[in-house]
Amino acid sequence: MSQIETFYDVMRRQGITRRSFMKYCSLTAAALGLSPAMVPKIAEAMETKPRTPVIWVHGLECTCCSESFIRSAHPLAKDVVLSMISLDYDDTLMAAAGHAAEAAFEDTIQKYKGNYILAVEGNPPLNEDGMFCITGGKPFVEKLRHAAKDAKAVISWGACASYGCVQAAKPNPTQATPVHKVITDKPIIKVPGCPPIAEVMTGVITYMLTFDRLPELDRQGRPAMFYGQRIHDKCYRRPHFDAGQFVEQWDDENARKGYCLYKMGCKGPTTYNACSTIRWNEGTSFPIQSGHGCIGCSEDGFWDQGSFYDRVTDLTQFGVEANADKVGMAAAGVVGAGVAAHAAITALKAAQKKTQSSKEEA
Amino acid sequence: MTDTPHLEGAHADPEDLASASRQTSVYVYEVPVRIWHWVNALAIVVLCLSGYFIGSPPPSMQIAEATHQFVFGYIRFAHFAAGWILAIGFLGRIYWAIFGNHHARQLFYFPFWNGAYWKEVIHEVKWYLFLTREPKKYVGHNPLAQLAMFFFITLGVSFMIVTGLALYAEGLGTDSGLYALFGWVFTLFGHNPHIVHTLHHLGMWWIVIFMIVHIYVAIREDIMSRQSIVSTMISGHRTFKDDRPQ
Repeated sequence: MSQIETFYDVMRRQGITRRSFMKYCSLTAAALGLSPAMVPKIAEAMETKPRTPVIWVHGLECTCCSESFIRSAHPLAKDVVLSMISLDYDDTLMAAAGHAAEAAFEDTIQKYKGNYILAVEGNPPLNEDGMFCITGGKPFVEKLRHAAKDAKAVISWGACASYGCVQAAKPNPTQATPVHKVITDKPIIKVPGCPPIAEVMTGVITYMLTFDRLPELDRQGRPAMFYGQRIHDKCYRRPHFDAGQFVEQWDDENARKGYCLYKMGCKGPTTYNACSTIRWNEGTSFPIQSGHGCIGCSEDGFWDQGSFYDRVTDLTQFGVEANADKVGMAAAGVVGAGVAAHAAITALKAAQKKTQSSKEEA
Repeated sequence: MTDTPHLEGAHADPEDLASASRQTSVYVYEVPVRIWHWVNALAIVVLCLSGYFIGSPPPSMQIAEATHQFVFGYIRFAHFAAGWILAIGFLGRIYWAIFGNHHARQLFYFPFWNGAYWKEVIHEVKWYLFLTREPKKYVGHNPLAQLAMFFFITLGVSFMIVTGLALYAEGLGTDSGLYALFGWVFTLFGHNPHIVHTLHHLGMWWIVIFMIVHIYVAIREDIMSRQSIVSTMISGHRTFKDDRPQ
């Protein structure tokens, strides 16, 4: 492997002082939830380790992950893209295009065999031999398999790569398939969300490059440091939830007062993400803060979970619009009516029997 | 026939005295089973009511500043407390199925491979469809009741306990011991906790349907059948109304 500069080298070359560098290391440690004792370790890793090359590929997607990523406030995407990682191939961000870009793709794979990280944005559609998504003249699924073969690890960016997102929603005509169902022999880290929070994306990359391993993952393969708690657990409107104070209609007084959006179908209680702590756009706000419930975009199959605006959502299995309560009440109603009818017949039969036996006696 | 002295002078004709002097009861439900039944019933009522309100909260209330108002919190507390009572009670019931009398085991199985059992089930169905004039005597649950108990209570309540504890574990946090025990529930039901909420909600209606049928049938059989039903779950004794076998 050829000599690559360390992160520290690149940062110094860009005019970043040692003091700023140390500040950056402390802030990163804090962002990752690490103790201050880890700061020297991060600094040492960045001073001595060669930058890790990253190949970033795009499948069936809307590029919102990239849009989010380049808006990262901390660590600045600039730092990540230019200094921390050696982003050797990204067909959206790179200057090269066409054959030159494809050549760079091949070069990176050959040069850093087994050492690069493959970041996947979007997912491969498998129907019609993958013809629904063509990049560089080939189905994306082939490119994905090719790039994953020699990768050290795979990052699934966003809901598309992690779970399938809107293109995999029922009936999923292109058979859009999340990355982990296509690539089964590599460690995969899922960073779901539509898009994921910028600071979460850069935080994950920082961790992987600093410690040379995947961060602690949860049951579903998401980094526990960012997906360990629900939006609900850290929501600033939680006191109104516990008090039983809810927005009843979008334009009511409770909405103006900023009450809990639970009744408006907020999916905060079933969504694991860091929106209510890290927030968006340099920590400015997040959906609930701007008055709209969480739609659960970082959860598996969130498009197929009924309306965004119901708490007890529709059950699409029943064909017509029905939710758990309507189905349950209908069933209980039918059973209740059945019981009443049965009781009536029982009473009639008993009365009949009585008259008959009294007649016989007489 | 010997008249027992304490019956003399009571409001009783000779026929009553003849009947009363015979041993016509069997001790079926032991104390732990009876206590469990009523505690369980109460827990289920609390769980259904509070659970319904968790899915569809009551209208917003403005009693005090949010910090000093805990309306929805208390509803959820009632649900969780009753849930724990149901879960631990169910464990205790399983314990008693092992160490209690053989009637205590009837709830947890049904003789699927036994042809005679299914014949009895059909007989019971006919009885409820008014096709048979007279019901049979059963010391424990009748065969149809046993089938219903198994699917509604043994399976239904188990499902509710498992999904309920999984959802409760989410509140404790993904690093909690309870989540380590029940986190697999979310993997089983498509990874999205919202699905588990919906299934848990449907489960409530499954139990509500059981309650409607169970209470109706218990009272009906108490009147119509040849044996005691309701009082058996209070005293533990099954009494019979006639001396004919079967």
